Amino acid sequence: MTTTATNSCEARSKRFDSAIVNRLRSLAEVEISPEMVRAHGLDEGEFRDIVAILGRQPTLVELSIFSVMWSEHCCYKSSRALLRNLPTTGPRILQGPGENAGAVDLGDNLAVVFKVESHNHPSFVMPYHGAATGVGGILRDIFTLGARPIAVLDALRFGPTADEISRTTFLGVVDGIAGYGNCIGVPTVGGELHFDPSFARNPIINVMAVGVIEADALVFGRADGPGNPVFILGATTGRDGIHGATFASDVMAGDGGESRPQVQIGDPFVGKEMMEAVLELTRTDYLVGIQDMGAAGLTCSSVEMSARSGTGMVLELERVPVREEGMMPHEIMLSESQERMLAVVEAGSEDRLRELFAGRGLVCEQVGEVRDGGRLEVRWHGRTVADLPVGPLADGAPIVARASAPPAGWRGDAEPGPLPEPMPGVEETLLRLLASESLRSRAYVFSQYDHTVRGSTVLRPGAADAAVLRLAGREDAIAATLDGNSRHVALHPRAGAAGTVAEAARNLACVGARPLAVTDGLNFADPGRPEVFWQFAESVTGLAEGCRALGTPVVSGNVSFYNETGELRVDPTPTVGMVGQLERADEVRGMGLRTAGDAVALLGTNRGRVSGSEYQLLVDGRPSGSGPGVDLEAERALIELLVRTAGERLLRSAHDVSQGGLLVALAECCLASGDDLGVEVDEVPGHGELRADALLFGEEGARAVVSHDPQVGGRLRELATELGVPFHPLGRVVPGRFRVLDLVDLSIQEMRDVWCPRAGVADFLWPADDGRAGG
Amino acid sequence: MSLSVGVVRFPGTNCETETVRALGSTLADARVELLDHRRGDLADLDAVVLPGGFSYGDYLRAGAIAARAPIGAAVRRFAAAGGVVVGICNGFQQLQELGLLPGALIRNRTLRFFCGDVHLRPEGRPSAVTCELDRGAVYRIPVAHGEGCFWAEDEDLKRLEDRGQIVLRYCDAQGVVDDGANPNGSLGQVAGVANEGGNVVGMMPHPERNADRLTGNGDGRVFFRSLAAFCAGGAR
Repeated sequence: MTTTATNSCEARSKRFDSAIVNRLRSLAEVEISPEMVRAHGLDEGEFRDIVAILGRQPTLVELSIFSVMWSEHCCYKSSRALLRNLPTTGPRILQGPGENAGAVDLGDNLAVVFKVESHNHPSFVMPYHGAATGVGGILRDIFTLGARPIAVLDALRFGPTADEISRTTFLGVVDGIAGYGNCIGVPTVGGELHFDPSFARNPIINVMAVGVIEADALVFGRADGPGNPVFILGATTGRDGIHGATFASDVMAGDGGESRPQVQIGDPFVGKEMMEAVLELTRTDYLVGIQDMGAAGLTCSSVEMSARSGTGMVLELERVPVREEGMMPHEIMLSESQERMLAVVEAGSEDRLRELFAGRGLVCEQVGEVRDGGRLEVRWHGRTVADLPVGPLADGAPIVARASAPPAGWRGDAEPGPLPEPMPGVEETLLRLLASESLRSRAYVFSQYDHTVRGSTVLRPGAADAAVLRLAGREDAIAATLDGNSRHVALHPRAGAAGTVAEAARNLACVGARPLAVTDGLNFADPGRPEVFWQFAESVTGLAEGCRALGTPVVSGNVSFYNETGELRVDPTPTVGMVGQLERADEVRGMGLRTAGDAVALLGTNRGRVSGSEYQLLVDGRPSGSGPGVDLEAERALIELLVRTAGERLLRSAHDVSQGGLLVALAECCLASGDDLGVEVDEVPGHGELRADALLFGEEGARAVVSHDPQVGGRLRELATELGVPFHPLGRVVPGRFRVLDLVDLSIQEMRDVWCPRAGVADFLWPADDGRAGG
Repeated sequence: MSLSVGVVRFPGTNCETETVRALGSTLADARVELLDHRRGDLADLDAVVLPGGFSYGDYLRAGAIAARAPIGAAVRRFAAAGGVVVGICNGFQQLQELGLLPGALIRNRTLRFFCGDVHLRPEGRPSAVTCELDRGAVYRIPVAHGEGCFWAEDEDLKRLEDRGQIVLRYCDAQGVVDDGANPNGSLGQVAGVANEGGNVVGMMPHPERNADRLTGNGDGRVFFRSLAAFCAGGAR
């Protein structure tokens, strides 16, 4: 976008302004009807509150501003009260929830900044652009604090791709993440991919970004200093995404086609230039505060920045560079056009700021000024179109008390359906699981993402349970993971959510990192349904329990409700993003076996819990029971053991046991080895007591399979005993074959053929991608 | 006499940081600097590297706008005077758009972006990225591109082969040049091409992403050592 183009666009639009002013005059006289209130997503009580706050009827612009600021998406009116139960503080927490992203101290004046966000609704309507702008938006949240983004992870959930709509959504979302992330040059290093019919019309797209910054250089979204100028930076303002926040706070009626104007279109090239310019700006001495213009655009950013500083703002909307003719004031206030930021700088530094942004061809326009008095005044050609108190807009939003009740007949101790008789063949079952969409290799997806750009990716996707990134000029490294388990949460929200925290921590510990803190992405259906709100409340309780037990406070997060369409509601999906630290980058280990002759061992206890497992789904067609349960004390001990073994370099590989159970975990260790190494397992604890299928495919947590030099077995057992973790030798690493008891004897190649079919070094196959649907 | 290398940053370039780092860590006494795309003079440099990325968003043909930036003409003059110019990924595309290297890089035959490791075998004349590589050895290097399929007219490809200007080909881990090891459908498994003097080279793979053991096996380092050796005139 060149400056010239911006100017001519501006000039053209000015010609329309007088016409609009006239139209606005008539609109200002408009009496706000109950229909208009409802159309803005506000209920009668909320409207009465607004009238009481203002002491008069709102104008149309004011009604629009209230409608987005008080939408679920912006003010968390259904969730705020419960979210207060999450632990958010700790000795290493530099910034908890409430800012653009959270920040954690890594020591020696470095901080890691991270956050997860959902882009579910837009990604169903326009998969490519919805996902692309999801990446762009979360990256802005990171560099707004001054942090250089170093990694993206994404947790994706779709319907099974035999369904045409799910298939199109899946392919488009992957393409969109690649399109934005690859171009902007931040590696996509991890995440997860899951398929279940409950996501067929409401995909879950949770994107997490991680950045680093000198701890003393963090910048916040503040509007201090009355008289300081307020600037819009980045791109021009268009009509895209208007009422996106309200849209995300409602259920979708049908195929989503009628919602297209509410989806934003991203431009990763402008995003990249914007990122570089903002990172430069955050290192100047004249920046006061800066905030991403995400949901509810100019409205939300101006209100939140003023509220944090206890100030106000006057905005002059005719100064906003627009990309379309005839934009109305409320459209400018609500536009969610991408790649825009709102910044406050010291008075007198305007020219330096303009030079910085104009040099990159980016918009840089003063649109207002910080004021005393706590009011947001919005003007349009000298006429005041809104004059509102900032406090009630930002913090005075109503808290909605929701009814909460478990689904009829729910029991926390329900038994799973009976296991099939006779027991299916273990070998055949394993191959079917490895070929399933839930468990097959994700190489088809992550090979489309640039995961090595920036040259800092120590462990790549598919190589380990978590991604590991080195830090420039330092010996330590950070690890990151993003996990969810909607099936376990659906069966038992509290245990399932706590188990999700445990799985994330286990994933970090497996690569050798100590878990530090959490960002949570909470995806649920309509909270107006008592059973949905119950799922939400129980999940938050479980998250809080898990985070407390494992010492990982929540520093940022996102809530997405209304993920339902017609009769289809998503399984409750709390997604846990977790970041950890390795003291030394070279202590890292992946999941792949390394050396023939190494010993293979299980850490933890087999309990044979098939409820909610991939195996149960395969043989029964539906999940039943109350999930595998969670033992946070056992998880804590296992995580401590895994972290301690890294410092002592005792393990050659480690992989947690999760979806698919012990047998799939062992198979994955073989498949992740570069040289087709296999295992020979001659004892499995629990064999003889539990049925073989439950033993090998059960999904209870607090377990990991590890390989190690046989010479360190003694020290490993000693450390495990000291920490109270059961240690069980299973067998040894062998070339080429996968042998487990007398139940499985397969070549690694035949497992690989079903798990990761490919037609060439770069041509991974996915069953649903028959038509090359990229682009 | 220390080596002076410039790494060009266009708007949208995104591999400059690791390229500078890999040059610096591989070539102990090199002076490595970032060059602004508006710069018009390169006379004080020994070598110029055009790193990867999406210059100007690659919204036209990849590399097309970059080739028309002020520094483009300077790169052309610098190369004509015998200066070493190395283009990696988007930089390779830029060198073709500048007319400094033959052929075109079109969309991968899978029509998908591909990021992963490939294996490479050096051949042909000594060039500014391959002169220190062992003939017969196999190098493991990451690629990450959506438009890396090398294409040229039959007679051009033949001329390149005859004159030893094809300097890198995709192969399997054992060194067998074979279409199954070709990540993008390039004609003749071509991964890197040099001009007749060997001083201008373009390659799709990213040696800067495997310049140490932490992020790979360090196979990328020798590509940068070649650059230094070629500048020193010691290449044979």
